[in-house]
Amino acid sequence: MSAELRDLYQEVLIDHAKQPRNFRKLEGATRTAEGFNPLCGDQLMLYVKLADGVIEDIAFQGSGCAISKASASLMTATLKGKKQEEALALFGRVHILLTEGPSGAVKPEEVGKLAALSGVWEFPMRVKCATLAWHTLRNALAVQGTRASTE
Amino acid sequence: MTEVQTDSLATARVVHGQAGRSSPADFDIERVRQDFPILREKVHGKPLVYLDSAATSQKPQAVIDAMSHFLLKENANVHRGVHYLAERATDAYEGARAKVKQFLNAKDVHEIVFVRGTTEAINLVAQTYGKTHVGADDEVLITAMEHHSNIVPWQMLCEEKGARLRVAPITDAGELVLEELEKLIGPKTKLVAVTHVSNVLGTVNPIRQVVEMAHARGARVLVDGAQAAPHLRVDVQALGCDFYAISGHKMYGPTGIGVLYGRSELLDEMPPYQGGGDMILSVSFEKTVYNKPPAKFEAGTPNMAGAVGLGAAVDFLGGLERDALSAHEQDVLDYGIRALAEVPGLRLIGTTSGKASVISFVLDEVHPHDIGTILDREGIAVRTGHHCAQPLMSRLGVVATARASLACYSTRQDIDALVSGLGKVREFFR
Repeated sequence: MSAELRDLYQEVLIDHAKQPRNFRKLEGATRTAEGFNPLCGDQLMLYVKLADGVIEDIAFQGSGCAISKASASLMTATLKGKKQEEALALFGRVHILLTEGPSGAVKPEEVGKLAALSGVWEFPMRVKCATLAWHTLRNALAVQGTRASTE
Repeated sequence: MTEVQTDSLATARVVHGQAGRSSPADFDIERVRQDFPILREKVHGKPLVYLDSAATSQKPQAVIDAMSHFLLKENANVHRGVHYLAERATDAYEGARAKVKQFLNAKDVHEIVFVRGTTEAINLVAQTYGKTHVGADDEVLITAMEHHSNIVPWQMLCEEKGARLRVAPITDAGELVLEELEKLIGPKTKLVAVTHVSNVLGTVNPIRQVVEMAHARGARVLVDGAQAAPHLRVDVQALGCDFYAISGHKMYGPTGIGVLYGRSELLDEMPPYQGGGDMILSVSFEKTVYNKPPAKFEAGTPNMAGAVGLGAAVDFLGGLERDALSAHEQDVLDYGIRALAEVPGLRLIGTTSGKASVISFVLDEVHPHDIGTILDREGIAVRTGHHCAQPLMSRLGVVATARASLACYSTRQDIDALVSGLGKVREFFR
């Protein structure tokens, strides 16, 4: 079995893909945004409950591959209680990890659970799957009701 | 090759299954594979297993050589110069047109218009024939199994004209519901656009019947032949269709070249598509007189090397023993369907018996993209996603499928590799 595949489909990632956390509609969300990957048809709806700049609750629904689902699940599990600037800064670090890999400028241990995404960089065509939830988050925090696209 | 001029799908099936005339063993698969240099490549250290021919076929050495020869020895602009190379280039380009005319059994070589591909062919018809014949409240009929390229050009036209786009339904197995299609063809229907072979389901549609239904009510028929041309014996006169569109790259030729076949009397009265050089007889600032078809629809310097490559692809297909090829492709398809049906958790999409060279499937909870990535590491190329047919995906109740598609060089061993690769996919997602 290829080592790269083992790095990509880590147990934590498979677990989040099979049983995504916060996979529901969030009643009382103050922000929503839809994310879409036109090339593969992956689609997700993100719900954020924002109070005084803090993400009080966050959830998502949609369909996609294991990587996009796990990434959204891990993201929502990580961001609850975080300030929105912290969330966006974390996206910056995750993005570097996704594109540069574990030996890049951001070490996996700096991003906690999100380290489960550290194998994605070896599959450049799958980076979009992992970033879809985060692009959608950025839109949700920026303007209400916008649509994120990977293209 | 399936005899597409048969009267019904049922008959087509019989002919399809009639490998008795020619058995798969009559087909020298090893020699054919030798013709495709790329099949000797390794991917991630594994021998390439190319099961994505419906996206684009691989190219035989003869096509590569023909294009190379043209560029090395014959290149000049066509239809313009009086010098030696200009004549050679024009002969090569027009020679390719004559080959395509034979290939499709068109009545006249002027019915063969070179375009970029099936997409451009359909857009050409929508923007010329469609613009002059489809008006407010008229209807264009398509089917639920069309590729985006046979949906969007008609949507654009209907939007512009205030016309209505109607959609003929399919069964769960992926077959056209002919009686429903017939009901949808009314006095307002100006055009029926239908695929010959579905790129997702592999379904071979009974084109002749559709043509008869449409013509009986005065509607024209455009056939998307992109997936049919490499597999079926296409005879546009026997089919009776008004337009037939193909792409070179799906039938062992290069990308960037395709063909629109149109019946002479229709092409003659259609307005031009694009304006420019080569499509005119005379130009003054007051008035331009357009050239005759096909030149009327080929503005600008055409894809000459591409046309030459397509001509070589037609020769390549012509050089294969067609009945033996058909028997071989059917054998690998049947073997693949049987083998995949036994993979635990796998569901085949498109289960009609009249199929050509496409096997779509979904696997339990595993998303097709994950299947595609894992198979890739085994050297296996399949297509995953919505296959540019999102409305069809909705109809089938799936977001995406994985698709293994075959060509003349596909083998039972390719299928075995796929089944073994799917075993690895299942290990990851156990």
